[in-house]
Amino acid sequence: MAYRWTNNLTKADITPKAAYLNRRQILAGTIGLGAIGLAGGASAQDALEPNTLEEITSYNNFYEFGTGKSDPADNAHKLVTSPWSIKVDGMVDNPGTYALDDLLAGLSVEDRLYRFRCVEAWSMVIPWNGIEMADILNKVGVQSGAKYVAFETVVQPENMIGVQRRVLDFPYVEGLRLDEAMHPLTIMATGIYDEPMANQNGAPIRLVVPWKYGFKSIKSIVGITLTDQEPPTSWNKANAREYGFYSNVNPTVDHPRWSQASERRIGGGLFASRQDTLMFNGYPEVASLYEGQDLTVDI
Amino acid sequence: MSASQTLNGGLRRVPAWTIYIVGAVYAVWEFWRALNQIGPYLVEPINVLERAYGEIALILLVAGLMVTPLRKWTGVNLIKFRRAIGVTAFFFVLAHFLVFAILDVQSVSSVWTEIVKRPYVTVGMASFLMLIPLAVTSNNLSVRKLGAATWRKMHKLTYPAAILGAIHYLWLVKGFQLEPIIYLVVILGLLAARMKWNRAQAMA
Repeated sequence: MAYRWTNNLTKADITPKAAYLNRRQILAGTIGLGAIGLAGGASAQDALEPNTLEEITSYNNFYEFGTGKSDPADNAHKLVTSPWSIKVDGMVDNPGTYALDDLLAGLSVEDRLYRFRCVEAWSMVIPWNGIEMADILNKVGVQSGAKYVAFETVVQPENMIGVQRRVLDFPYVEGLRLDEAMHPLTIMATGIYDEPMANQNGAPIRLVVPWKYGFKSIKSIVGITLTDQEPPTSWNKANAREYGFYSNVNPTVDHPRWSQASERRIGGGLFASRQDTLMFNGYPEVASLYEGQDLTVDI
Repeated sequence: MSASQTLNGGLRRVPAWTIYIVGAVYAVWEFWRALNQIGPYLVEPINVLERAYGEIALILLVAGLMVTPLRKWTGVNLIKFRRAIGVTAFFFVLAHFLVFAILDVQSVSSVWTEIVKRPYVTVGMASFLMLIPLAVTSNNLSVRKLGAATWRKMHKLTYPAAILGAIHYLWLVKGFQLEPIIYLVVILGLLAARMKWNRAQAMA
């Protein structure tokens, strides 16, 4: 593991807004690069202004609620998020069906300002509130043979128009290698801008893996399984040629149908210019996870 | 008098150029909404505008192909609007291409790369290229110069152009989506009906 995240700040530490934003930038998971950015003006850091909550909650992919970008905002109010429990099973010491509050009890919610890059070549910057995935995994106790973590999204067919239309093979499933899941950048987010997670963003709890394309950051999670087999993932099942298991943001490997070299940051209006996409979405500290792997093959 | 005759009587008083006016107003209205990020353009106007122009172009292509079947099946006669519908469809394809090239991709070399490298763009571009000669010859002078038979034959290019347009749409969406499939099925159905009539005519 690259390093352990330490966050002993509380809300009381937040005073001037500029300083607050700077702290967030440092927390954005680019401690080394962030420092360079503040000193030398690295473009990745300069651009790290969060999108508005309106933008973040109005332009979504959540195919359970339709394929249009505004469909989730229009339809996700039907999602029933309370009560919410998560079934944790597989190679764990403490399997069981946990009420959400019980699973998260005692774990600290942190602010993380992350770039978010969709496979469709648009991006946002989102101020998440979330818990490190590693904390949750340590709490349930990962057994030694486990190599992967599988996730599953809730299915409420009567509330989900996209499920009725069979846009994908639901339930939506995703997975990470254990070292990816344990990386301190990987969080389970429960809020944005200190507001509870909006349904269209994956309420009440979702994964956020900022160096991977957005579809890896599975929403509205009801199942977590530790396994020694690479788990199936929804988009890979739908089209293996286009969506690999890893799906790391990589400007040098194009999607078969479109370029991944550049992206459009949401919020620039009709004349917004494209910007270069960064390797690992600008989180080079994860590169060590893939040493010895050919990332043009392991897409 | 039947409903279709009443309708035809009413339509006789509507000039064909109304289609151009409505098309232009719609195009400008959508652009204005995109510019001011209103409604569906709230967050990401470029992609939404690109889609809006592309989809209306496809709708108009289908509408143009439906003029003859509609007359045969219901007696409603829109034949005098067909040319305007087709030319307006072309202008929306052009607008769609311009949004793609100028606002979306933003560089000439990238536009070329996209056309060559991305099959769904190649297919869309082929559709666009097929429509150019049709738009250019959509006037009485061209009909006279080419001769009605040649002109009519040439304008059958509308079918492959529409089919490629629908494939272009089908190819760019993610997952199983119904809309592009509906367009493709409708266009192929209209083509099948047309071929059936032609065969019946040839035999008669």
